[in-house]
Amino acid sequence: MAEIIVEEKGKKSGKRRPKKHSTRIDMTPMVDLMCLLITFFMLTTAFSKAKVMVITMPEKDPKDNPKDQPQISAARTLNILLTEGDKIYFYKGMADPKKPPLPALIKSDFSKDGIRKVLLDMNKDLFRKIAEYREKRITGKLVVADSTADNEIKRMKKDDRKGPIVLIKPDEKAKYKDIVNIIDEMAICNIASYAVVDLNTVEKDMVKNAPN
Amino acid sequence: MPKIKPPVRSPHIDMTPMVDLFSVLLIFLLLTASFRPQEAAPITTPSAVSEKQAPDNDIMTIFISKDGTIFFNFDNGKDTSTHFRSKLLAKMGEQYKITFTPKELDKFGKLASFGLPVKDIKTFINAQDSKERDALQTGIPTDSTDNQLAWWIRSARLTNPFAEVAIKGDGEAQYKVVKKIMDLLQENKVNKFNLVTTLMKEEVTLKDLPK
Repeated sequence: MAEIIVEEKGKKSGKRRPKKHSTRIDMTPMVDLMCLLITFFMLTTAFSKAKVMVITMPEKDPKDNPKDQPQISAARTLNILLTEGDKIYFYKGMADPKKPPLPALIKSDFSKDGIRKVLLDMNKDLFRKIAEYREKRITGKLVVADSTADNEIKRMKKDDRKGPIVLIKPDEKAKYKDIVNIIDEMAICNIASYAVVDLNTVEKDMVKNAPN
Repeated sequence: MPKIKPPVRSPHIDMTPMVDLFSVLLIFLLLTASFRPQEAAPITTPSAVSEKQAPDNDIMTIFISKDGTIFFNFDNGKDTSTHFRSKLLAKMGEQYKITFTPKELDKFGKLASFGLPVKDIKTFINAQDSKERDALQTGIPTDSTDNQLAWWIRSARLTNPFAEVAIKGDGEAQYKVVKKIMDLLQENKVNKFNLVTTLMKEEVTLKDLPK
């Protein structure tokens, strides 16, 4: 707005000096505001993106004959039964009611000395091969691209003829996290072949009568 | 002896460096931020060693809460002008004989995950606030008589054939619910699932190998 300066008369000095203001601005409110904004952003952002675990299931065809299913050797088969209360039972081989006695269920758990020990023991050769390969890359003895290394590991898994074939059989009362944990365990132990399948009636009874 | 007087200092602190620092932080956060999408139910995902990142676009996510309620989410695609969500809703409307106005379709495109029967979608879109919306979220029905989730999946597959499927389940959810969904997906020729997990490092080395 325009201001009319009225000349004052009767003053001792003719010149009026404007009061000197400090050139500094008080930054405190600005800092407060920024603090607030930063806190807001920190709380609303999702820093780490969600991770995913990829599983691929075999294609389901209604025309499939159960007899056409691939035959797997009983010696290599490891059955892992998941049930209520994060319990795991496992047995090796096959439970065939026509060929008694039925294999006994062994209780295990998700701890380090639980199912992992069993899996590592069965998968020793392949695990060693992959671990040594990875170590070579880390120590710098072998310089290859990530994709090449992934392919190499994939090939090792494919060529594996000795490791276990793990059948994961969750029952009705199993929790979702049990499945994730056990599939995760497969990844940790570098198991080449595993599948999530349903329990058959014999196994259902076995779980029911299993030791606690 | 005269007393030595310390020079009088102004009690003001220079805030400029602090402001500078905060600005840098603020700009960094602004640029890296991806807002946490609103979710209807709190879901604690199980932990795993997988380090693969979930894709940002072209993904349909099926949420399973602790009590087995199912929610669905579908993104608009890499190019947001494709409006996949609106197209999906239009397809569902055709299927269930519900007509949505272009405005409703547009509004639906901006919403996040949902879990409610198709007949309530209209009320859901026109709801005034999130409280009203949350009350409607009762889960997507999956009964064999009226399997709406199957239709959502089918329509989503038709709308965006490149969409991947992610399952974000609560660790405490029952496996049979997850299995039902997996079977449903397999019926719709989806054989590859992304199970959403939280990263938890777990290392096994050669030393741990039993002799």
